[in-house]
Amino acid sequence: MNFKGRDIVSIKDLTEEEILHILDIAEGMVPIARGEEKSNLLEGNIMASLFFEPSTRTRLSFEAAMKRLGGNVIGFARPGATSIQKGESLADTIRTAESYCDVIVMRHPQEGSARMAAEFASVPIINGGDGAGHHPTQCLLDLFTIKKEKGDIGKNKVALVGDLKYGRTVHSLAYALAMFKAEMVFVAPEQLQMPSEVVEECKAMGATISFETDLEKAVEDADVLYVTRIQKERFPDPEEYNKVVGIYKVDKKLLENAKKGIIVMHPLPRVYEIAPEIDNTEYASYFRQAFNGVPVRMAILALVLGGIK
Amino acid sequence: MKELKIQPIKNGTVIDHITPGNALKVLKILKIPENVSDSIVSAVMNVESKRGRKDIVKIENRELKASEVDKIALIAPNATINIIRDYEVAEKHHVVVPDEIVGIVKCANPNCISNSKEPIQPRFIVKSREPLRIKCFYCERELEDISSGLM
Ligand SMILES: Nc1ncnc2c1ncn2[C@@H]1O[C@H](COP(=O)(O)OP(=O)(O)OP(=O)(O)O)[C@@H](O)[C@H]1O
Ligand SMILES: [Mg+2]
Ligand SMILES: [Zn+2]
Repeated sequence: MNFKGRDIVSIKDLTEEEILHILDIAEGMVPIARGEEKSNLLEGNIMASLFFEPSTRTRLSFEAAMKRLGGNVIGFARPGATSIQKGESLADTIRTAESYCDVIVMRHPQEGSARMAAEFASVPIINGGDGAGHHPTQCLLDLFTIKKEKGDIGKNKVALVGDLKYGRTVHSLAYALAMFKAEMVFVAPEQLQMPSEVVEECKAMGATISFETDLEKAVEDADVLYVTRIQKERFPDPEEYNKVVGIYKVDKKLLENAKKGIIVMHPLPRVYEIAPEIDNTEYASYFRQAFNGVPVRMAILALVLGGIK
Repeated sequence: MKELKIQPIKNGTVIDHITPGNALKVLKILKIPENVSDSIVSAVMNVESKRGRKDIVKIENRELKASEVDKIALIAPNATINIIRDYEVAEKHHVVVPDEIVGIVKCANPNCISNSKEPIQPRFIVKSREPLRIKCFYCERELEDISSGLM
């Protein structure tokens, strides 16, 4: 398996075997990510972090990952002070940036931007989110979390809850879970259900899929509850939004009837969908999940930069 | 020549076996009527043939360019391009849908990077040929209405 020089644009660019390899390497990175061990694996390497759209977790965890491995970081957190404001094309920004670094991590509001950047750059491009498109490192850290907490990926029944229609992370995650033959239940109001294209694709890969509108029913036999935020702006009628938000609230009472050992995941930021009373229970996996972004991104950086095979 | 419903042409192109209903789209691709000088163009729609119904377009005094043929393939994948010289079919080509379609149709997703000022051409990957389904190389969305995306 050779990752050196590779772009990570979409989870679909990776095979099951390659994903498992990334997760294995990430597992080994955990003590370094925690700061318990020191590493200079990527010493002398520079990562350009180009965020054309704001992000907290993705950007900070990438930068932390690079620095934990002894590498350096350059870049910007919003396009405000750059030549993009002067009308420079993304292609030109990428060609300039790549001459200053060894790897580029980027987030951009337009779909397909990372794919295009990969065509222009000779250094690896890691997609940190392209509009409503892909966010492969989020997907990998989600898989890492499930594997770490449940011991396996495919043997679980995963309930994906909330905005399954527009949510960028859930489409990739559903696809990846299908790759591992996990059982999935899609819990969403009619108007926010998983697009049929994604459902078809997952089924074609051999995934068992069911649909549910009632979250209480779904938690009875799910091993993982993956909750996403429902965005208010998706609803023309605020009344409709309020109804839905109320239904999909994960709190202690809901989890009383849940399958033993269930974990609650969320890509964050959360708003109303997970009650803070869950935070200190054994169910709450979302802060560990956020931390897992660091070892997973360390693994990806180390692999594409050739620090590890 | 029993099939002929219109006057034979001496020199030109006959586009045969067009998916029924798409003759006018073929004309649009060929920029007709804007691009014809004084030659006769005829379109026959929904005629019976050995292989089911079809449309036919006949253009006098014009031999099609490869780039035009590529476009026709997207809306009429079974079409044949017959070059007529001195009343006879001198050449017959079957249109082919390439594996990748570059610079012919535009992505319908307004937020796709291929629709911004970047130095790239729209590019599509063929997902299936029958029926023809294509997906944007950049944003990966399927283009539902291929003919309306023609550039
Ligand atoms: N001189 C001409 N003027 C106008 N149309 C012509 C002329 N010669 C041929 N055609 C038309 O061009 C098409 C192809 O002609 P051809 O003789 O190859 O028919 P065919 O053997 O039925 O071919 P196919 O198997 O592709 O249908 C037919 O639709 C025919 O009517
Ligand atoms: Mg015939
Ligand atoms: Zn597109």
